[in-house]
Amino acid sequence: MARTAKKKDVVIVGLGWTGSILGMELANEGLEIVALERGHDQNTVPDFQYPNMIDELKYGVRLGMMQKPRNSTLTIRRNVDEAALPYRSLGSFLPGIGVGGAGTHWNGLNWRPQLSEYRLRSHVEERWGAGIIPEDMNLQDYPVSYEELEPFFDRFEHVAGISGKAGNLNGKKIEGGNPFEAPRSREYPMPPMPVTWDGAKFAEAAKAAGCHPFPSPGGIASQAYVNEYGMQMGPCNHCGFCERYGCYNYSKSSPQTAILDALKRKPNFEYRTHAEVLKIEMAPDGKTATGVTYFDEKAGEEVFQPADLVILAAYQLHNVHLMLLSGIGQPFDPATNEGVTGRSYAYQMNGGYTMFFKDEVFNPFIGTGANGMSIDDFGMDNIDFGREGFIGGAYWRAGQSNGQPIRSMALPAGTPTWGAGWKKGIGEWYGHSMSIGSHGSHMSYRGNYLDLDPTYKDRHGRPLMRMTFNWQPNDIRMTQFMKSKMEPIAKSMNPTSMQEGFKKDGAMYDVRPYQTTHNVGGTVMGDNPKTSAINRYLQAWDKHNIFVMGAGAFPQNTQYNPTGMVGGLAYWAAHAIRTQYLSNPRPLV
Amino acid sequence: MRDVPGLPSRRSFLKASAASAAVVGVVMQAKAETPSAPPPIEEYQPVCLKPTEWAFVMAATARLIPSEGEGPGAIEARVPVFIDKELAGGFGEAADWYMEGPHDAAAHPFRGWQSPLTPLQIYQQGIPVFDAWCQQTHGKIFAELDAATQDKALTSLQKDEMKIKPELRDFFTILLQNTKEGYFADPMYGGNHGMQAWKYIGFPGARGSYKEWVLKHNVAYPLGPVSISGERA
Ligand SMILES: Cc1cc2nc3c(=O)[nH]c(=O)nc-3n(C[C@H](O)[C@H](O)[C@H](O)COP(=O)(O)OP(=O)(O)OC[C@H]3O[C@@H](n4cnc5c(N)ncnc54)[C@H](O)[C@@H]3O)c2cc1C
Ligand code: SF4
Repeated sequence: MARTAKKKDVVIVGLGWTGSILGMELANEGLEIVALERGHDQNTVPDFQYPNMIDELKYGVRLGMMQKPRNSTLTIRRNVDEAALPYRSLGSFLPGIGVGGAGTHWNGLNWRPQLSEYRLRSHVEERWGAGIIPEDMNLQDYPVSYEELEPFFDRFEHVAGISGKAGNLNGKKIEGGNPFEAPRSREYPMPPMPVTWDGAKFAEAAKAAGCHPFPSPGGIASQAYVNEYGMQMGPCNHCGFCERYGCYNYSKSSPQTAILDALKRKPNFEYRTHAEVLKIEMAPDGKTATGVTYFDEKAGEEVFQPADLVILAAYQLHNVHLMLLSGIGQPFDPATNEGVTGRSYAYQMNGGYTMFFKDEVFNPFIGTGANGMSIDDFGMDNIDFGREGFIGGAYWRAGQSNGQPIRSMALPAGTPTWGAGWKKGIGEWYGHSMSIGSHGSHMSYRGNYLDLDPTYKDRHGRPLMRMTFNWQPNDIRMTQFMKSKMEPIAKSMNPTSMQEGFKKDGAMYDVRPYQTTHNVGGTVMGDNPKTSAINRYLQAWDKHNIFVMGAGAFPQNTQYNPTGMVGGLAYWAAHAIRTQYLSNPRPLV
Repeated sequence: MRDVPGLPSRRSFLKASAASAAVVGVVMQAKAETPSAPPPIEEYQPVCLKPTEWAFVMAATARLIPSEGEGPGAIEARVPVFIDKELAGGFGEAADWYMEGPHDAAAHPFRGWQSPLTPLQIYQQGIPVFDAWCQQTHGKIFAELDAATQDKALTSLQKDEMKIKPELRDFFTILLQNTKEGYFADPMYGGNHGMQAWKYIGFPGARGSYKEWVLKHNVAYPLGPVSISGERA
């Protein structure tokens, strides 16, 4: 039988970005906290140290920092008629493991969604009428406005240490920033990073085409920085080993550089590693959780950790899995479109052009995860959905990183994949290409959802989670629209040759190539308990002492990388817990 | 105590100590030689590949990245050594992957790795199947064919003209992938000997510090590569 550990006020499941934020904010209330992290402990020194960290084979290819499917994975199918098969080796997305979570090996691209994205259903209905919404699209508003969230976006950006240039300060447009961003109350904490040749070339071409380029905002330090917790960052070396790697230089924004050392000094905060939470336990009345059961890997036994408050911060996929396993919220059923847990899983629709320039040198190994110049001219707020025939938008960016040769070897179409022709090709073309990416939204659909797999089990004997996901016509039309707009801009740069990579009609989800680790939905936030699993404070509708962090809250995916929003929502929820919940624990809505 | 797959059990602990004994052996051997000049590749003693498998890997990688023309070939880069070592380690045994059944090896390729076999087993079973096909089609096993016929045979394998069984479907893909890995990975893994492949394409390896060069647009970075263990070229 499970051993019972000493009771705590709060148990946090997972110690990545959101677990660290909630840990800090609740520790500042004086609560006794334990965070349970399934992976190992890790820190800049010794784990991310130079030169061992900048090893493409170990981390870039064999994915040394990621979750091991042998210990934790899910099954995937493209539609309900297909048998789901295990995601046996990692490809399409790369969940993190260990203290810091995916926050250690992310790119650092940091965004706030556009104004229309918080109330997308209302925005569409008001401007074009509900008639343009495809029948199977579960389009929803956020139950919270941008104005309410703004202080919390600001807070996250200043804790994480984001470099960038404001384009809209309290409604005033600022030259050089993103003119289409939602108004921000302050400048970014640090000025933007300098950009490489590819970004500069793209910006020039975009500007000539009438677009509005600006430096990409990111959690990469452009100068020395100290945040509100006293945590320090130093300026980045543009080493190029950013995504998939921990930063050896204290320059990339992560739980390690922004929060953890300060948090670990708090006497009322404790964390345990190699502690995988298996289930959230419920009180007999079913209205609250009593704590969690976890597997203590070192002792080889199950432990019950009692707590008054349970924070799920295990990443979107694992939060949904734990809720399905623990009976939190009714599981979603696509046949009836009812149920909330697992509803509205969504992803990201990306595409782009690669251009080859015979006589130009890009030094592709120089870069950062958030390098380059972006435009938002084709963002959600700027598109006439009625005219174009889709709901969605994208931001574009050119900014190299990860130019390591096992994975980054773009070659002109027609170059052989091996043999003398390939060897000649790599000699001629490595360092002579650049690309522009379109990073697009993905809507939610009745047919894309998460539930428990009937066949496959994990090492603890629990059913794996099953993902049912495929690309949908609306989002393919969106990405094809981006292609039609990008092609002339790419051409105007006069490359020796160029090639496109946009999804076409009928595209099926391929789990092999890396796409993004922007898995969203499944624990959607909303104001209706019939169509959302958590309320506007990220509190489970039916178990008031469970709060669920992460991108699972997104009703559909935004056009941006998720973490700016994930961090903002975490501070928003922490504020609600501190100011409204602790004094009187109850459903807040 | 519950024995959970993926956790060190008594058995895997014993396995692990056997493996580390083998590693120690290799290190001592390397120390006895001068570390900068490893034995000629023909004298390399494979850790896990059998002689016929080694002969195949030598011959196949020599065609996948041939020695002729500019830049090192797979043999000069010691790619076969890299492949042997990788297959002997966690990659070879799919140590990180979910390998529980049921398996549907014939599923559409978009659904990812669905073979019940590990990468090492794919080499072990794929090589004899391919050699038999070469024997039947071209009169000799792969390693004994002339270069032009080898290229033809590899093309047939890539296009799956022999209709290899689904469990072995990824044989060519991983062979090619591992070859390129061995060509470009840090030399400490046994390939990319002397960082020749990095030098050839102009990748500075583990320098990892370019702050002053970000704004030198369209100007080639001047320094050659360094490796993780501190070699320079
Ligand atoms: C390669 C890569 C690049 C990315 N780039 C960007 C980017 O540029 N911009 C952006 O916005 N986002 C990016 N992301 C996404 C970003 O990393 C995540 O949005 C962010 O880390 C989510 O925070 P989280 O707290 O929800 O999860 P995480 O930070 O992943 O933390 C979750 C933690 O929970 C632990 N855990 C899981 N299950 C359990 C369990 N049962 N018991 C105990 N512990 C558990 C995990 O081990 C992990 O440590 C990227 C992700 C990856 C993988
Ligand atoms: S590019 Fe900069 S922030 Fe990223 S890992 Fe390198 S030094 Fe760190």
